[in-house]
Amino acid sequence: MTRFSASKSVRSWGGVLQAPHNVARPGWRSELQRLVLSGRQEGYVLLASGLRRSYGDSGLNPEGGLIDMTGLDRMIALDPASRLMRVEAGTSFDAILKVIVRQGFFLPVTPGTRFVTVGGAIANDVHGKNHHRHGTIGCWVRRLGLVRSDGQELELTPDDASGLFQATIGGLGLTGIITWAEIELIPIQSAMIDAENIPFGDVDEFFSLATESEDDYDYTVSWIDCLSSGERLGRGIFTRGNHASTGSPLPDKGNTRLTMPVSLPGLAMNRYSISAFNALYFWNGQRKSGPLRTGLHPFFYPLDSIGRWNRMYGRKGMYQYQSVVPPAVQKDATRDMLKAISASGQGSFLAVLKTFGHVPSPGLLSFPSPGTTLALDFPNHGDVTLKLMARLDAIVREAGGRLYPAKDGRMSAEMFQAGYPAWQDFAKHVDAGFNSHFWKRVSQA
Amino acid sequence: MRLIVLGATSTIAAETARLYAADGATILLVGRDQDRLQQTAADLKIRGAERVETAICDLAAPEDAQQQLADFAARIGGMDHVLLAYGILGDQGAAENNLIAAEEILRVNFNSAAAWSLAAANMLERQGRGSLVVIGSVAGDRGRRANFIYGAAKAGLAALVEGIAHRFADKGPRAVLIKPGPTVTPMTEGMNRSGALWATPQQVAKIVYSRAFKGGPVAYAPGFWRVIMLVIRNLPSFVFNRMEI
Repeated sequence: MTRFSASKSVRSWGGVLQAPHNVARPGWRSELQRLVLSGRQEGYVLLASGLRRSYGDSGLNPEGGLIDMTGLDRMIALDPASRLMRVEAGTSFDAILKVIVRQGFFLPVTPGTRFVTVGGAIANDVHGKNHHRHGTIGCWVRRLGLVRSDGQELELTPDDASGLFQATIGGLGLTGIITWAEIELIPIQSAMIDAENIPFGDVDEFFSLATESEDDYDYTVSWIDCLSSGERLGRGIFTRGNHASTGSPLPDKGNTRLTMPVSLPGLAMNRYSISAFNALYFWNGQRKSGPLRTGLHPFFYPLDSIGRWNRMYGRKGMYQYQSVVPPAVQKDATRDMLKAISASGQGSFLAVLKTFGHVPSPGLLSFPSPGTTLALDFPNHGDVTLKLMARLDAIVREAGGRLYPAKDGRMSAEMFQAGYPAWQDFAKHVDAGFNSHFWKRVSQA
Repeated sequence: MRLIVLGATSTIAAETARLYAADGATILLVGRDQDRLQQTAADLKIRGAERVETAICDLAAPEDAQQQLADFAARIGGMDHVLLAYGILGDQGAAENNLIAAEEILRVNFNSAAAWSLAAANMLERQGRGSLVVIGSVAGDRGRRANFIYGAAKAGLAALVEGIAHRFADKGPRAVLIKPGPTVTPMTEGMNRSGALWATPQQVAKIVYSRAFKGGPVAYAPGFWRVIMLVIRNLPSFVFNRMEI
């Protein structure tokens, strides 16, 4: 029988916060209801956990009960005719891709790593390079199971009148435990992508490329060199692509070639190494510009090629910062943010710029909204890093934008509440038996 | 490829079966819990298994292992590999005082497992090919106070499977004993499972799967346990007896 046992240190992907939790790892769905009740009896406030790719503290629940869902990773049903796939919440996108690609299907939406669980993807309402076409993963969830802290298991659908389905999509695990979900898949003709890399010199060029590409390309994304300044401010590589209509139907082998064995010393990531990396990356992108046919893994999951890459950031870990700002002010706000970063000298390897589309998500607390999103990561250098992010906060707030909870470990309650006007509606659906470090932080008056 | 899994609701067994499924195997899942067997069967079918059948059986109490195994094989048109993966850790402390509990640990992990292994050996020898893969434990390498009743059963099973491998040496079939170190499965629930020595069921399953096809009669999983256990087996008792392990 599964039960909670103390674990001294659980960390999220960013690694800034590490805290003790009481962890249980159920192996069968039938154990969940009793596990939830026993956890509550022991006085634990609960939170479900997946592959722990959330960067900050939305997946952590210090001193509480953490229900590790990765043992619930069974596939339940796959119907090729209706393209519906039902899986347990702990099933990873990686496992799903291994099954569906060779049958001519793909995930309707995928984030930049395939090592996320279905439950985690729904709880964070993840988006991908095709947001302008397909919206978020929540737009493709047809049905899900939810265990509440009273032990009840509910089955929810998008037409749920109670609003609990809408609260659960992007609900950060606070409405209960997602036990299984049914997702609609999309058909593909091959396991290849026709991609194109286009270097751009500044932010204006990025926006014209984005506008020009949205009608003809399913996937668009840009890497941006956030340490360049002056005339080179906002240079980067714009990538766009479509599923190829011909080519091998068999997936390329997973691309995880090496794994970071240990944490690097914190000093390894400094403005010189990051600046050198960015210059090299830009140069390499220029060299390889133009159309190319590539496999699914290198196109969607380039970072998955290095297992546990977060260890590059050393023991102090890193912060992620992902914002979205509305269309009317997106150019100025993006330029201002890049200037602030460049001036601070605190660069980011993985600066990603993308325009979101208008497909609405059912999720009450869903992050994506029309406009432009900028995702950054910063090695944790303490105060200077926090100060830079506070400056970025001011720009995002002024622009009427907001930050992505899955990436956040520090935004103020004020910042969160200003960005998510539906948060109080959402709060009504929060199950009192569940909580997270993030929610405690941002739901304060 | 036709695989029979004895103890199919075990996490290591289910993970191994997924690797067979991805290669399009036909699989018979044997265990006690119909609902769990069926959930596992559905998973394996979606992951690529050609066909998956289930059979309810209390494996710890075989009536006529020889006949029962023949019946299992008939369900899926024959048996190429058989994976024996069930077992209980038991409560060492309780079993030291309650000999019925001790006997239960020995009966489940050794007596019944030995019966199935011997039955499988006869069937494999008759057909002249195929593999018997048995999940043992590093706990069988040297008795220690925390779990030596379980360890004794696994040590007995190791000798048995090695013997079968020896018997097969100049014939076609194979017999392999896999000795996993501590693994994150329901069996080790409640232990402090952080640290570099803990393996995931997926890591162990990869070794089980590859050793079912080739390699020697004993495999540690992960492989570094071969070195650790070599040292532990050879520690003089005046050192070993002072260790809190």
